[in-house]
Amino acid sequence: MGMLEAILLTVFTAATPLLIAAMGELVAERSGVLNLGVEGMMIMGAIAGFAFAQMSGNPYIGALGGMAVGALFSLLFAFLALTLVTNQVATGLALTILGLGLSGLWGEAFVGIPGVKLQPVVIPLLSDIPLIGRLFFAQDALFYVSIALVFAVSWFLFKTKAGLTLRSVGDNHHSAHALGINVMRVRYLAVMFGGACAGLAGSHLSLVYTTQWIENMSAGRGWIALALVVFASWRPWRILFGAYLFGAITIMQLHIQALNLGDVEFLPGPIYGILSLLKSIPAQFLSSLPYLATIVVLVLISRNRRLTLINTPAMLGQGFVPDR
Amino acid sequence: MRIEVSRRQMPSRLFAYLSPVIALALTILLGAIVFMALGKDPVQALYSYFIEPLTETWSLHELLIKATPLILIAVGLSVCYLSNNWNIGAEGQFLMGAVAGSAIPVLLPEFQNYLVLPLMLILAMAGGAAYAAIPAFLKSRFNTNEILTSLMLVYVAQLFVDWLVRGPWRNPQGFSFPGTITFNDFALLPEMFPASGRANIGILFALVAAVLVWLMIRRTLKGFEVRVLGQNPRAGRFAGFSSAKMTFFAFLLSGALAGLAGIIEVAGAVQHLNEKLSVGYGFAAIIVVFLGRLNPLGAVVAGLVLALTYLGGEAAQISLQISDKSARVFQGMLLFLVLACDTLINYRIRFIAGQPSASAEGN
Amino acid sequence: MARSAANGDALLEVRGLTKVFGTLKANDSLDLSIGKGEIHALLGENGAGKSTLVKMLYGSLQPTAGEILWKGKAVSVTSPSFARSLGIGMVFQHFSLFESLTVADNIVLSLGPGHSIEQVARDAERLSQEYGLPLHASTHIGDLSVGERQRVEIVRCLLQDPELIILDEPTSVLTPQEADNLFVTLNRLRDEGRSILYISHRLEEVKAMCDRATILRHGKVVGECDPRKETAASLASMMVGSEVAEVQRETREDKTGEILLEVRDASLPPATPFSIGLKTINMAVRAGEVVGIAGVAGNGQGELFDLVSGEVASTKNAVFLRGQEVGNLGINDRRKMGAAFVPEERLGHGAVPGMTLTDNLLLARHASDAVALQRFGRIGWVWEEMVDKATKRICEEMDVRKSAENPAASALSGGNLQKFIMGRELDRQPSVLVVNQPTWGVDAGAASRIRQALIDLAASGSAVLMISQDLDEIFEVADRILVMHDGTIAEAGKAGDVTREKIGLLMGGAHTERDPEETSMEADHAH
Repeated sequence: MGMLEAILLTVFTAATPLLIAAMGELVAERSGVLNLGVEGMMIMGAIAGFAFAQMSGNPYIGALGGMAVGALFSLLFAFLALTLVTNQVATGLALTILGLGLSGLWGEAFVGIPGVKLQPVVIPLLSDIPLIGRLFFAQDALFYVSIALVFAVSWFLFKTKAGLTLRSVGDNHHSAHALGINVMRVRYLAVMFGGACAGLAGSHLSLVYTTQWIENMSAGRGWIALALVVFASWRPWRILFGAYLFGAITIMQLHIQALNLGDVEFLPGPIYGILSLLKSIPAQFLSSLPYLATIVVLVLISRNRRLTLINTPAMLGQGFVPDR
Repeated sequence: MRIEVSRRQMPSRLFAYLSPVIALALTILLGAIVFMALGKDPVQALYSYFIEPLTETWSLHELLIKATPLILIAVGLSVCYLSNNWNIGAEGQFLMGAVAGSAIPVLLPEFQNYLVLPLMLILAMAGGAAYAAIPAFLKSRFNTNEILTSLMLVYVAQLFVDWLVRGPWRNPQGFSFPGTITFNDFALLPEMFPASGRANIGILFALVAAVLVWLMIRRTLKGFEVRVLGQNPRAGRFAGFSSAKMTFFAFLLSGALAGLAGIIEVAGAVQHLNEKLSVGYGFAAIIVVFLGRLNPLGAVVAGLVLALTYLGGEAAQISLQISDKSARVFQGMLLFLVLACDTLINYRIRFIAGQPSASAEGN
Repeated sequence: MARSAANGDALLEVRGLTKVFGTLKANDSLDLSIGKGEIHALLGENGAGKSTLVKMLYGSLQPTAGEILWKGKAVSVTSPSFARSLGIGMVFQHFSLFESLTVADNIVLSLGPGHSIEQVARDAERLSQEYGLPLHASTHIGDLSVGERQRVEIVRCLLQDPELIILDEPTSVLTPQEADNLFVTLNRLRDEGRSILYISHRLEEVKAMCDRATILRHGKVVGECDPRKETAASLASMMVGSEVAEVQRETREDKTGEILLEVRDASLPPATPFSIGLKTINMAVRAGEVVGIAGVAGNGQGELFDLVSGEVASTKNAVFLRGQEVGNLGINDRRKMGAAFVPEERLGHGAVPGMTLTDNLLLARHASDAVALQRFGRIGWVWEEMVDKATKRICEEMDVRKSAENPAASALSGGNLQKFIMGRELDRQPSVLVVNQPTWGVDAGAASRIRQALIDLAASGSAVLMISQDLDEIFEVADRILVMHDGTIAEAGKAGDVTREKIGLLMGGAHTERDPEETSMEADHAH
C-alpha cells in the first residue's frame, strides 16, 4: 500500500462521520428545524457506540446502539423545540451542553479501555481493482452506509412524495397545515432521523476513527457538520464534496504534524521546500486549520446573499403553533 | 395523551418570575432521581451538592470566584441574545481577553506600578472585543452565520493559548510545564477579605456591569434598540435602527465583558496564564443567561446558582465519590428545563387525554 | 331565519356551529345551508368570523359545538384531507402555496397518494386551459404574480372534482378585469352543478353574482337574503349593524399647492429573488392633496414605500422632501423634516407585536420627538412619563379601544391598532404622510375614521400619499390617482374623471400597449 493510498484512506475515515452527521442535519433542516445539537448527539453516539460494543463485543451492535441513542436524544430536542415551541437555537445549544456532560459521566468507566474496532468489509473482486479497489471496496461498513445515505437522501427528498411533503413543511408550515399535512409528525421524524445519523456518525468516531473513548472526542465535528449543510446550500451531493474537503484538510494537517522531513528528502526540491515550510508552522496552528477553513468556507458561500435566500428552507428555525 | 400549546394574548407576568424557580426545582428533583439510580442517598447527595458549599467561609469565597466570570460573560451575552445575535463563542473571547491582559506582566515583567492592573483590564476588554468583532464583521458584511463562526473561533483560541503557554510565553523556570511566569503583585487583583479566603474584587466588576447593563436595557434608547431589533428587525428598520451596527454593539460589548472575565480569572484566582484556563465558563454562561431570563440582574442570581453547581460537583465527588462530571449534567438539565418552563410565559399548555383523531393524520 | 331556507336538497348544512378561542366566541351558534348548484355568499366585516367558519368546514379548525351535515348526514370534518374526500375544495385568501416549489409540486401535495407528478402536471395544464386559467406546471410559485397564484389554487381545487368550492375573498387581490374572468369561471362551475361558497365584503360583486347570501356580524348570523333583491346600502347596514359615517370632504378642485414630496427617476434593484424592483419612478404630491396609488399587491408598492420612507437608501436626488434632496437620508432624518410613515404591515413593521403601546410610540418617534421624549441631555434616557402621556393622548384622540392600560400591540384588534398607528403619526401634524394600505383588514367604523383623518390632514395643508389595493377607498379619498404595475408607475388622472376600467387596465399593465385614443387622454392629465 503506497503512501498516497494510505493518506487517502485516512481522508475517507475522517470524512465519513462528517458526511453522515451532515446528511441527517440536512433532512432536519429541510423540514424547517434548525437543530444545533449535532455535536451533543454525536458525542452521545460516540459513547453509546463504544459502550454497546464493549458490552456485546460486537461493533455492529455498538453502531446500532449509537444510532438509537442519537435518535432518542434528539427526541428531547424535538419535544422542546417542536411541542413546546422553545427557541431552536437555545434548545440546540442545550442539547449540545447536556450531551457533552452526560457522555462525560457515562464514559468515565471507559476511559483508557481499548475499544472494539469495526473491521473493514472487503468486497471480493472489486477490492482487487488497482488504485481505487482498496480505497472504495475495502472500507468499514459505515463508509458504505455514508455513501448510500447520499443516494438515499437525495432520492427521498427529490423523487418521493414523502420527500416533497418534507420540503413543503420546510418551505411554509402554514400552507402545509392548511392542506392537512401533519407538520409536527413530519418534523419529529426529520429530527429523529437527524439524531440517528448524528449518533451513527459519533459511533464511527469511537469504533473506527480512534477505537477508544476520549471525553469531548467529537471536537467540534458536529459543528463542522452543521456548517457543511450551509456550505452545501442544503443539497446532498454538495455535502459529499464538502465532507471530503474537510476530511482532507483535517488529515493533511495531521500528516504534516507527523511528518518526518528526513523521510521525504527524496522528493523534488520545490515540494520538499513547501513541506518543510509547512512543517515549520506550530502544530497548534495546523490543528486550527479545519476550524479556520470552516469560517472561510462559510464566508465564501454566504457572500452570495441571493443564492442563500433561494436555498435556505424558508421556515428554518421558526416554531409552529397551529390555530386551534 | 397529547399536549397542545396555544399562544397567550399577553405574556404571563406570573410565569416570567416563576419559570426559573420551577426549572430549578425540577432539576433538583431529577437530580435526586439520578442519584438514586446511581445508588446514592439522594438527600445526602443533594445536601453536599447544594448546601454544603454554603456552610463554610472559604467555600463562599470560591463561590464568588466561580460566579464572577459567569456573571460577567452572561451580562454581555444577554445583550447579544436580546438583540438576536447568537454569540456562542464567549469562551474564545474570554481566552483572548486573558491573553491580551496577560501581555503586560508576561512581556514587561519589569514594568511594575499601579498602572499595570488598570492597563491589563483595559487591554483584556479590548482583546475580547476585538476577537468578538470577527464574527460581528462577518455577519454584518457577508451575512455569515455568527453561531458557527463564533464557535469555530473558540477552538482556534484554545489552540492559540496552548501554543503561547508552551511556546513563546512559557516560563523558562517552569520545569517545562506549560504556563507563563506567575504575575507580579502589581498585576494581581486585590483580595477582598484576605483573612478568610481568596475572593477578589472581580465580583465587584461583575455587579457593576450587571447594574449598568440592566439600566441600559431598561431605561435608555440604546436598550430599546436592543429589544426592538431582537424581536423584530423589520420594525427596527422602520424605527431607523441599524441591525449591522447592533450586531457590532452586542458583540463588542459581550466580547469586552468576556475578555474582562478572562483577565479577572487569570489575575485573580490562577495568577498566571496556562493551558487549563478554558474550563467552559463561556458555555456555562449561556445557561446563566437563560436561567436569568435574559435579564442582567437575573444573571447575577443565576451566576451564583451555576457557580454552586461547580462547587457542589467537587463537594459531592469528595464526600460521595460521585464524579464531578455530574455537575455538567446538572447544568445541561437546568438549561433544558429553563427553556421548557419559559414556554409557560408565552403559551398556555393543555394536556388532552386520548389519541388525536385518526383522520387528522392526513396524507 | 337561516334555518327556514334549508331544504331537502341542501348540499351542506351547518347547525349551531360554535368556535371559541380562549374567551372569544369567534362563531356563535351559526346556522347555514348551501343548496346544490348555487353560489352562496358569506358576507361580513373583517373579524365577523367568516374565516373561522370556513376553516371549520374545511377541517383546519375543529368546532367547539354544533354539527355539520353533508348531503343530509352528520359528518365530523377532522382534517382538510377528509374534507377533500367528501368533495369540499378550498381556495384560500392567504394562499396555501409553497414558494420554492413548482406548480405541479404544489398540486400533488394536496392530492391523496397514488398520483404521479407527471400525470398531475399534464392534468393541471389541461384543466387550466379548459377553464381559461393558463398555467405552466413547471414554474416555481415564487415567480408567479398574485393573480396567477390564485389560478394555481383554483386549479388545484378543481383537480379534485369538488362539489362545493369555498373561495375566501378571491377578488381582493385581482384587477377588475381579472375579477371579471374569475366570475366567468365561477358561473361555469355553477352550471356544471357545483356549489360555491363565496366569501366577500364587496357588496357589488355579491349582488351581481350570488344566488343567496348569509350575513355574519360579531360571529353570529344576522340575516339571510337574496342579494339581487337588496341594495348595496341595505346589505352594508346588515353587515355593519349601524350606520357608518360617510366620509366628508370639500369638493375636489385642482390642487396647486407647493410640491412637498417628489420622486424623480428612482430605480431600485429587487431586494430578494422573489421580489420586484422599481423602474424609473416619477411622481409628486402637492400640499393639500391626497394622491392615491392603486395596484395589485406585489407590484412594487412595498418597495416604493421603503424608498420614500428611507428604509432603503437610494441616490441623493431620487427623493425630495419640501424641495430638499433626501434620497440618501435615513427614515429618522426624513421624519425630522416633517414626514410621517404608516407601513402596510401593522404587526411586524409598523409595530412590534410583543411590545406595549408606549414602546410602540417610541418606535416611530424617538428621534423626531427626541426633545419631548428623552431627558438628562443626550444620553438617550427615555422619559417614560412623557411617553405615557403621549400614548394616552393618542388613544383618546383616535378612540383606541383596549383591554388594558398599556397592552401589547398584538392584543389590539386590527382596527384599533391601525387607529393607534395612524394616531401616532397624525399626532405630530406631519406635513407629508405616506401610508400603505391604510384600512387593510380593518372594520368599517375604524376604516371610515382613518379615511376621514387622511382627508382632513390634506385639507389642513399637508401632502398625503396613499397606497391602496382597495379601489373604492382610492376613489373615496384620493384627489389624483396613480397606478403601479411591475415596478413602474402610470398616471391615471383625477379621481373625479377617471374610470375604473381605465385603472383596471393600467393595473394589468396595459399602458405599455396603449391605443392612440387613450394616449391622448392621458396626455391631458400628465403634467
